Amino acid sequence: MMLESMVGLLMDGMVTSIEIFLLTLLFSLPLGLLIAFGRMSKFAPLRWLMKIYISIMRGTPLMLQLIVVFFGPYYIFGATLSPDYRFIAVIIAFSINYAAYFAEIYRGGIEAIPKGQYEAAQVLGYGKVQTFFTIILPQVFRIILPSVTNEVITLVKDTSLSFVIAVPEMFTVAKQIAAADASIAALLVAGVFYYVFNVLVAFVMERLEKRFNYLA
Amino acid sequence: MSLLEVKNLKKSFDDNVVLKDISLNVEKGEVLCIIGPSGSGKSTLLRCITDLEQEDSGIIDFNGTFGLVFQDFNLFPHHTVMKNITNAPIKVQKRDKDEVFKSARDLLKKMGLSDKEDAYPHELSGGQQQRVSIARALAMNPDILFFDEPTSALDPELTGEILVVIRDLAAEHMTMVIVTHEMTFARNVADKIIFMDDGYIIEEGTPDEVFSSDNARMKEFLGKFYD
Repeated sequence: MMLESMVGLLMDGMVTSIEIFLLTLLFSLPLGLLIAFGRMSKFAPLRWLMKIYISIMRGTPLMLQLIVVFFGPYYIFGATLSPDYRFIAVIIAFSINYAAYFAEIYRGGIEAIPKGQYEAAQVLGYGKVQTFFTIILPQVFRIILPSVTNEVITLVKDTSLSFVIAVPEMFTVAKQIAAADASIAALLVAGVFYYVFNVLVAFVMERLEKRFNYLA
Repeated sequence: MSLLEVKNLKKSFDDNVVLKDISLNVEKGEVLCIIGPSGSGKSTLLRCITDLEQEDSGIIDFNGTFGLVFQDFNLFPHHTVMKNITNAPIKVQKRDKDEVFKSARDLLKKMGLSDKEDAYPHELSGGQQQRVSIARALAMNPDILFFDEPTSALDPELTGEILVVIRDLAAEHMTMVIVTHEMTFARNVADKIIFMDDGYIIEEGTPDEVFSSDNARMKEFLGKFYD
């Protein structure tokens, strides 16, 4: 295949990969916070439910979760699914998986904040919600950002798992081209793409870490 | 009528009875120092009055605003000195921004920290941090200021600068309740002293009365400081 047409096809895949990446973060970051709240809840059944959820999400392969989310509705409920569901299934599977990891990261960060911070806020009259968002969360961000960076970098590479349900993202496309051409050129181009993407991610996260690091 | 009235306050943590039967009054403009050995219930008493702990029984009668200065400051590390002081008055009390900033600058000047407005807490010494936390409490215009061992986390050199600040506030007739281990300071600054031991108030009175008490427990406690 000519380099230009190959790059054209890969570009389409790249857009899909970036969409998966951004939508996963959009949903999993807030969802992770909710799961973390559930995991730290005073209500034991909710706490256990979240613990089991996190355990399953972290304890089974993401690739398997993708397959279950995509084929599950058909095999379990006999539902007929629109072609768009392929992409939606990827976003659901990635979001609920990454939310579990983020939940544990949030929990670690929240538990690291000294009790005195809550007490000082209470004495100054801050409400519970106000305390969390203006006093606690900004401190949690500083603590968790390096761990979040790790997850985000992993997510960039994990988007390639979408090939198992044939979502036309970067890796799926590259694999198809490589098979058709009997050459790994397309896969190498994909490799460069993932690397450059992650260099950018690392750059942005480093800026964020600096921005939140009030101790520096 | 007293500004603060506590009657028959009791508080336990599981099997550990910390406050057994505490009653006290604080009048407007009065400086009350609470002294006593560690574990006598002084801090728990303060924490019940300031709603950080829920008492088991008893009455706390207080209609007004209060500030609390903690032993380990508890400044917000992600906020500058200025924001530490002004955020609650603006966001919680919904006061006018300009007025709050003006009074915060006055307070910082009084604390000798005018040049630290934009500093973060970790850039300050312990004594400076504690002065910021006093300014933060004062910025809320409290009717009473509570201090929970305000110098216990500071080395002796820095303790002095905090005691000077509290003494100045006493001279301005700020109503204050101070839990402290600084006996000489308590004797000098207090209008009234309460000596607590094992969850009870053992002695209560003017500094002279308390420090010349014949109570055996009181004498034993003071002996440790003056021997």
